[in-house]
Amino acid sequence: MDRTIAALEIQLRVIGALLMREVLTRYGRHNIGFLWLFFEPMMFTLGVTTLWTLAGLHKDSPIPIVAFAVTGYSTVLLWRNMPSRCVAAIEPNLALMYHRQVKVIDIFAARLILEFAGASTSFITLASTFTFLGWMDPPQDILRVLAGWIMTAWFGFSLALLMGSLSSRSELVEKLWHPAAYLLFPLSGAAFMVDWLPPEAQEAILMLPMVHGVECVREGFFGSVIQTHYDLSYMAAFCLVLTAAGLAQERKASRLVVPE
Amino acid sequence: MIEILNLRKEYPTRSGPHIVLDGINMTIRRGEKIGILGRNGSGKSTLIRLLSGAERPTAGRISRGLSISWPLAFGGAFQGSLTGLDNLRFICRVHGADYRDKLGYVEEFSELGKYMREPVKTYSSGMRARLAFAISMAVEFDCFLIDEIISVGDARFHSKCQRELFEKRADRSFVMVSHEPHNIRDHCQRAAVLHEGTMSLFDNIDEAYSHYQRLTA
Repeated sequence: MDRTIAALEIQLRVIGALLMREVLTRYGRHNIGFLWLFFEPMMFTLGVTTLWTLAGLHKDSPIPIVAFAVTGYSTVLLWRNMPSRCVAAIEPNLALMYHRQVKVIDIFAARLILEFAGASTSFITLASTFTFLGWMDPPQDILRVLAGWIMTAWFGFSLALLMGSLSSRSELVEKLWHPAAYLLFPLSGAAFMVDWLPPEAQEAILMLPMVHGVECVREGFFGSVIQTHYDLSYMAAFCLVLTAAGLAQERKASRLVVPE
Repeated sequence: MIEILNLRKEYPTRSGPHIVLDGINMTIRRGEKIGILGRNGSGKSTLIRLLSGAERPTAGRISRGLSISWPLAFGGAFQGSLTGLDNLRFICRVHGADYRDKLGYVEEFSELGKYMREPVKTYSSGMRARLAFAISMAVEFDCFLIDEIISVGDARFHSKCQRELFEKRADRSFVMVSHEPHNIRDHCQRAAVLHEGTMSLFDNIDEAYSHYQRLTA
């Protein structure tokens, strides 16, 4: 037990040190520094929101377009940026792995925490600002929003673990991830509601786990005015399998990694 | 005490596994100083990396009863785009030390001056060596792993290492790899010769060198 606590202490120290290191190399000390952590996703979401507003997407829907874009694009950033940051994450940290306390899982953990913090802060800031301005209503059921958000984060986390670990063994993973992430975006449920699709298409699109997450977030926000389709237990089962596969691959990667 | 039991290390290559170390056994007691001899590619650095825990063995085990430094070597240990100071902070955080207590010592030992606040990738190999030594001594270990890095320094650096490591920390252990025989003769009590994956240990440095010369002849 004491050994477990001691090991946990070391792990937390290492993840803390890696967090600081990531913040420094990624955002630097110039201009707004680590505030970029959430300014970056915020700019994306704001841009997409503006585009969708100008394009006049779904004029007949009861949901205001701003709220629709903020809930949709924020969840995409949440699950998509985690794997993107973990793919090829080991290489730039190889020199630091000279210190035996620093393991592959710590590098992933530091980056995942940063991504989660950035995407969440961006989402909360935008949603509160727009609510304050009266462009969207506060969520009807904030716990449901939270559930959808956490589930989406879990999906991103498990996918990141798997992709990040596999990418240490084959460059193919990095090459394939970029088009996959790009192509999954229009299918992810960010730009449409499942209910708008014909029934056969609904069934097909609900195979994708992240669709359930964004539907859940939107139900939490808009509740009764919209019809949502999601099943968190399906999403949980999917994430559980993905997490197991990701952890298994992480163990393999950490055995094979050769510090610089 | 550090115990190495039946250590084996293979690396995958296109033409099957390449065996670098094959059944290494060794014990390092507290305060003991051991030199490692061997030709290029004989597995000296691999052994040091395995000892430090930076890499994991294919088979066998290492039990570490002493705190062991990271390999003080030419490459590794520092993130190049971070400054020397940031790297000091990182290593202190990993080891649970407060960098503010160590900064003065590291600045003095490394003599990096304003370069302490420049990215490590702009450093010369001598500057990297000084920083690595300074931080490893500021953090304090029972056993230092020294892989060739002393050879890059100038006379001033050598005299500092002499004083700080070999005199002030004479009670510590170290494992040293060096192609310069005088480093090993001056500082080690025992020497090991690595050849074709196996290791022979000698209690007498001269015997180790004559064995090594027979192998390389």
